[in-house]
Amino acid sequence: MYTQSLDQKGSKTEHVIETESAEQLAAFQIRIDAEEKIEAKDWMPAAYRRTLVRQIAQHAHSEIIGMQPEGNWLTRAPTLRRKSILLAKVQDEAGHGLYLYSAAETLGISRLQMVEELLSGKAKYSSIFNYPTLSWADIGAIGWLVDGAAIMNQIPLCRCSYGPYARAMVRVCKEESFHQRQGYEIMLDLSRGNDAQKAMAQDALNRWWWPSLMMFGPSDADSTHSAQSMAWKIKRFSNDELRQKFVDATVPQADFLGLRMPDDDLELNKDSGHYKFGEINWQEFYDVLAGNGPCNQQRMRVRRAAQDNGAWVREAADAYAQKQAAREAA
Amino acid sequence: MSKDWPLYEVFIRTKSGLSHRHAGSVHAADDEMALNHARDVYTRRNEGVSIWVVRSSEIVASDPQDSAALFEPAQDKIYRHPTFYKIPEDVGNM
Repeated sequence: MYTQSLDQKGSKTEHVIETESAEQLAAFQIRIDAEEKIEAKDWMPAAYRRTLVRQIAQHAHSEIIGMQPEGNWLTRAPTLRRKSILLAKVQDEAGHGLYLYSAAETLGISRLQMVEELLSGKAKYSSIFNYPTLSWADIGAIGWLVDGAAIMNQIPLCRCSYGPYARAMVRVCKEESFHQRQGYEIMLDLSRGNDAQKAMAQDALNRWWWPSLMMFGPSDADSTHSAQSMAWKIKRFSNDELRQKFVDATVPQADFLGLRMPDDDLELNKDSGHYKFGEINWQEFYDVLAGNGPCNQQRMRVRRAAQDNGAWVREAADAYAQKQAAREAA
Repeated sequence: MSKDWPLYEVFIRTKSGLSHRHAGSVHAADDEMALNHARDVYTRRNEGVSIWVVRSSEIVASDPQDSAALFEPAQDKIYRHPTFYKIPEDVGNM
């Protein structure tokens, strides 16, 4: 469901290692420029491989951690209908995480290593999941805004030059549309409800709007290795381009709900057809990424506990598999 | 857990009459668990009527470096295609 640009401030630029000849690199770029897909066993520059492993693993971790804010409301969904829908959505997020882990594994990293890097805090996940879900309206806002932003990001990834990633994204995008629509439907119901319900919807929008805009990553001026990712066709649009598309698509949807975007500078430029929006609080973004968001510690604590609490199940499955194999051999 | 469970490739038949097609992969402790995981991960929306799982290590694959040797010989044999032959229109459909 969710991805975030990896071009974070301070990340080092990749250096080409010496064993790669200029001819190899040029031949690779020709394949990329010809829109050929790169497959797992094809030759690829080490930096291309590293960039993809990091991006896909981070994307997978985001799906897995992303189950928590919504899982928080599973037992308190207002109706059985809403509960079934939310359960299906959270299950989808687990599925998306698994598609993506599989795609990353084709590049040579093990599942175990990725999980360890998440649990140790070495690997990052999208900053958006470090915000709390305080009311039921937050479930609507997440579907509408967070999944909406994720779709903007992910549609171009379906055309990513790396085949296994692109195929995983096609599957994810097909499933994602339901996520956004169910969220908007929640917002629609609340915004047509009584004053308290309307206020709840507005409050959720106020809290999720800016963090959703941050999901697209730093502005192009501060984005360190965007250019290389664009040249490799891992990325098709810049962070700011995608953010603008999202704003343009979403503002009319808020108008339809009768809700107000929490941005005094928001204004339609009649000539360009684009919305001008206010300055993003990048300090907040970097603080959350650095681990100081409202829920970072809780998210990691819950994830580690899930891993620990499931250990006996994995051990039992191992023992059972070994016993069956031994019986078959006997 | 000190190492990953074996990796299985998953193939799904979307409906009777079509062949199984690669859908993705799952890790599992044994064959039965691989089938269960494949069902949970790849058929949440009626995507299939039949699943195959096979251990990834059991798949023998061609090497991309050999693709020229393997596949180029077919490129210049255009006489293997029906459109290579010119049949007068008067003959009718053939």
